[in-house]
Amino acid sequence: MNIINYIGMENMRKDVPQFKAGDTLRVHVKITEGDKQRIQVFQGVCIKRHNNGVGSSFTVRKVSNGMGVERVFPLHGPCVDQVEVMMVGRVRRAKLYYLRNLQGKAARIKEIRQR
Amino acid sequence: MIQGILGKKLGMTQVFVADGRRIPVTVVEAGPCTVVQKKTESADGYNALQVGFEAKKSHRVNKPMMGHFKKADQGAFTTLRELAADNVDEYQVGDQVTCDSVFKAGDIVDVTGTSKGKGFQGVIKRWGFSGGRATHGSKFHRGPGSIGMSASPARVHRGKKMPGQMGNARVTQQNLEIVEVRADQNLILVKGAIPGPNQGLVLIRKCVKA
Repeated sequence: MNIINYIGMENMRKDVPQFKAGDTLRVHVKITEGDKQRIQVFQGVCIKRHNNGVGSSFTVRKVSNGMGVERVFPLHGPCVDQVEVMMVGRVRRAKLYYLRNLQGKAARIKEIRQR
Repeated sequence: MIQGILGKKLGMTQVFVADGRRIPVTVVEAGPCTVVQKKTESADGYNALQVGFEAKKSHRVNKPMMGHFKKADQGAFTTLRELAADNVDEYQVGDQVTCDSVFKAGDIVDVTGTSKGKGFQGVIKRWGFSGGRATHGSKFHRGPGSIGMSASPARVHRGKKMPGQMGNARVTQQNLEIVEVRADQNLILVKGAIPGPNQGLVLIRKCVKA
């Protein structure tokens, strides 16, 4: 195998769940303050997945006190403790940038019901 | 000890370190280099090691060069370079120099390579001139402008930034950190970017500053 890909594979995580844009995620982020470490949860809609091997990332958007907040996480980085998929959404785009222009009820995403 | 090693740039990727940071790295296939000739103070006036890198088929080598390679008896090489060494006596002709014998993780190095050729370029790309406005009747777009004064000095100053060949020159990037050395694969992971295209020949040396 190509050495560059091989080194990338070594740095990849094996425990990343399957999700895509439109899914609602709970991202457990490790936060280091001084020498103490705690875990903060960031819950929102995944509006984008950037697939690039070990450099892959995903963007999670939530509306906090009326203010839209987006965070970009590395998919394979150790700063993310765990990603939980809360809801699988039905969307027709790979990148949900249109959500930035929508508010309230219009910004909802329908769930795909699993049988 | 020898002060550097020859290598081939393989490309860039990134690695994660324990505290969560990700570090951009360039992967270099460094060595093994074979000592082909020793230059000594008494015979040549200076101390250095001539090393060969990357095997070459023997039928592609001419006879005078083959005679030179025969002394090391390790086959022929595509590249021969002289590298400084502070004690030449540690090495014998024919010895292999591996990446882990020269560098370890955390070392600061200078990396030399031949930069990617950009061809004949104007002053905007080559020197970062700002150029003129594109519209509103402007007739000055990407030109260099004035290149000097009139009767005095009546010539263009030496070193004036002008259009010309850009890239394809020897470039050294100084003070890069070695993130990892993998002896079994002959790989060195250098933090950041290094000059030249992938598969290009690079020379990794101990840093001259600090």
